[in-house]
Amino acid sequence: MKASNALWKEHLAGRLPEDLAREVDIFDTEIALRRQGKLDERLFAETRLRRGTYGQRYDNGQRHDGAKVQEMNYPSGTLTKGPSTLWDAPGMQRIKIPAGGLNAEQLETLAELAEEYSDGIAHVTTRQDFQLHYVHIDDTPTLMRRLAAVKITTREACGNSVRNVTACPYAGTCADEVFDVTPYARALSKFLLGHPDCQNFGRKFKPAFSGCVQHACGLTSLHDIGFIARTRMENGVEKRGFDVSVGGGLGAVPYMAKRFDSFVPVEEILPLTQAVARVFGRLGEKKNRSRARIKFLIQDLGIDKFRELVLEERKTLPPDPRWTDFLQDAEQFVERPLRPAGEMSPSGSQAYRRWLKANTRPQKQAGYVVVTIALPLGDITANQLRSLAGIVRQFTRETIRTTVEQNFVIRWISQKDLAELYQALAAVHLAEPGAGTIVDVVACPGTDTCKLGISSSRGLAAELRKQLAEKNFQSDQAVENLHIKISGCFNSCGQHHVADLGFYGVSRKIGGYAVPHFQVVLGGEWENNGGSYGLPVAAIPSKNIPKVVTRLTGRYVEGRNPGESFKNFIKRIGKMDLKNLLEDLARPPAGDRSFFSDWGDPREYSLEDMGVGECAGEVVSSVEFDLGAAEREVFEAQLAFENGHVEQAGKTAYRAMLHGAKALVKINNPTVSEDADQIVAEFRKEYFDTQKFFDPFAGGKFAQYLFDAHRTSGAPYTSDSSRYLIDEAQLFIDAAHSCYNRLGRSVAV
Amino acid sequence: MDFQHVNVKLLVSDPQSVNLEPLIPVFHRWIQAQVFEELLLDIADYRHVHDGPGIVLIGHQADYSLDNTHGRLGVRYNRKAPIDGRNWDRLKQAACSALQACQRLEAEAALQGKIRFNGQDVECFINDRMLAPNQEGIRQDLDSDFKAFFDTLFHGNDYVLSYDADPRRLLRVSAKALKHFSVADLAKNLDC
Repeated sequence: MKASNALWKEHLAGRLPEDLAREVDIFDTEIALRRQGKLDERLFAETRLRRGTYGQRYDNGQRHDGAKVQEMNYPSGTLTKGPSTLWDAPGMQRIKIPAGGLNAEQLETLAELAEEYSDGIAHVTTRQDFQLHYVHIDDTPTLMRRLAAVKITTREACGNSVRNVTACPYAGTCADEVFDVTPYARALSKFLLGHPDCQNFGRKFKPAFSGCVQHACGLTSLHDIGFIARTRMENGVEKRGFDVSVGGGLGAVPYMAKRFDSFVPVEEILPLTQAVARVFGRLGEKKNRSRARIKFLIQDLGIDKFRELVLEERKTLPPDPRWTDFLQDAEQFVERPLRPAGEMSPSGSQAYRRWLKANTRPQKQAGYVVVTIALPLGDITANQLRSLAGIVRQFTRETIRTTVEQNFVIRWISQKDLAELYQALAAVHLAEPGAGTIVDVVACPGTDTCKLGISSSRGLAAELRKQLAEKNFQSDQAVENLHIKISGCFNSCGQHHVADLGFYGVSRKIGGYAVPHFQVVLGGEWENNGGSYGLPVAAIPSKNIPKVVTRLTGRYVEGRNPGESFKNFIKRIGKMDLKNLLEDLARPPAGDRSFFSDWGDPREYSLEDMGVGECAGEVVSSVEFDLGAAEREVFEAQLAFENGHVEQAGKTAYRAMLHGAKALVKINNPTVSEDADQIVAEFRKEYFDTQKFFDPFAGGKFAQYLFDAHRTSGAPYTSDSSRYLIDEAQLFIDAAHSCYNRLGRSVAV
Repeated sequence: MDFQHVNVKLLVSDPQSVNLEPLIPVFHRWIQAQVFEELLLDIADYRHVHDGPGIVLIGHQADYSLDNTHGRLGVRYNRKAPIDGRNWDRLKQAACSALQACQRLEAEAALQGKIRFNGQDVECFINDRMLAPNQEGIRQDLDSDFKAFFDTLFHGNDYVLSYDADPRRLLRVSAKALKHFSVADLAKNLDC
């Protein structure tokens, strides 16, 4: 698309690292082959995904414009860059930033690329990556060459590969860390990039590093492999190593990582990960994507068997000097300040003091602080990025990192420079206070640009930021420090499971109209590397979510015990109380049509039910009643689980799924019996075999949850299996609602 | 030298009084009706970002936005697809497209006449650093192209031309006419 693409290739020839240059040249050739029809579209899709080049919403050439579904006549016609993904459709480019670490030149390059190939905005993700949106496929090789020129690669930013290696952004500066994990994260990232043992996965693989157990910054519990720094004494010498966990993951049903080994010496982390990759590549599911993450393999094998297989594999690995080459440098790795340490001046404007309170954090090195730049919704303009590059050069030795909270941190700021730094940041609107507080809402792209999005996570996040900033919770530290995280769908890119207040997008049909909703997820824990996951409480219309936040925070302020955390408060008052608290918000007010569109998007949410409609006097079909009943049963399962009745919880969750399936089966067979075998068989025939129940992107995944639950229904439930089943039941019911929406008619049976 | 990917931006009058939210349904209607020659695809809302792109109507060949870059609010046309011809043709195409969007916005009933253009401040960006890096020599080379364009746009009336000198930024030239022009006048001057 850009007229200068060929010129850039010529200009940068010989200036790129050889391996990165070769990689981009290959991709360039693949693009040409696909354009000529000489490369299969599925193969091309995987190859572009492995370079971080994603599809984006409306890439199938259709868009609901608020009145009807319109064909989008892209100039290249039917040429595709993957199944159902048209050539000219705008795409998203993900850019890997290992451990979130950047320098000023890289920031400037990202600014240029955002401006020239995207819409002027760079977006920081919840895994320390960058994303640029609305990028044309033909421009991606040039974009990649310009990144390679500053030593950034997009390789394996997506696809069934090792994704960005994330790490605590405070590593090296945090007083609570055991040691600086940065060089180990970088070494692992470099080692695994393009590694032959990592090219045969059924799904993605995400590593993370943390310097301590207790903080959230590394979120190791929710990663495929997590490393927490540890030391131990061996023959009177302190030895570095890692507490390694495997099999964590969010996604539709979140899994808490299981400990692999409480101490893996640093020289073993690369070969151990290689062995894990080999086992995952060999035994992991390949055909059924919904069971292909390593967490399912570990669940199926059991952690002990998995460990045994990995350790056996480890013994077979041919020695590789890269396993240890980095160690000496790693031990000596240290960042240095640009300016001498100093004392902070406590005086200044109220805005400055607010910023100091939330956006600065003392380093373990006396006289220095880490400063957080809170980015609204993770977005930053090209001009701000350039200004930030200048600021980073002025105050530091270019020590800046992205965070999983979609922000930046600048490290090694002398305390005496804080006032000057604040002025510099404020001049480019980067001194917004409230970093890491309730106003610093995290959100995935959702329906704005993601083709999986169900509800507008960014629209809701923007609205909540606005309303919460006006409320100003500064006087109540406990409320101010709550975390809100929003995902546009069940896939959890917004990490809603580990928030105090989490939300994920679902849809519900009310009176024949699709209404955007969010499932409210409470009780997650952000600290302790994402120490526990929340459970869904209720599906609430999108437009009522701000009221949900107001009620829950208000109730917390009124009803908490001294020193009681939000998580403990939620646990104490219990789900029934919470359900009652939110019950009246679960239905849109009669006659209010604003509920039929989402935040920031005035289009009617429904595809099929456009036109004049009334909320009042609506006919509620028995399907809606039955699905509502099934949803109540999921809730009862949660209550049972909360009260320690694991067996009862599992059985109730299973029963909820059966009732959800039966609700759909009854549409064509009103006399279906209560027999589970018959319900499942009819559901399979009517909705699975015909693919009517299939999610457009997740396929038959949610139906499979029912079949698995039915197959294992006679076996006793464990705490883990019961917990997973509750989440699966909720997702099955959500999918049943979606299926009913897709049927596109009000069914009265 | 030839450039491509011209951006033209016309500043609004009284930017403090402009509320961008009502633009969203307007842009959605423009997509429904495909009101421009470019294929219109989507809307990106960046109101939460200071001095940013504002609200962008994403198109395949070009984007239209109510853009607040550099704290200057205006309608910006960002040409993404190359255009044949001379630099003059590219400047004219981008300016006519931006003017067309301005005329539509001024006439939009839903906006109640609250978005007006000052008709004096016009900016041009070249959104391609390879074809037109923001360097003194390049600015001198292109100066005659820009002057010819603004002479025509302002119908021979006086204006002040200034360049952004920061080499890290896009090549940007701002023209301020010494008298006011209506959007229709500007379109007529360019023979849009």
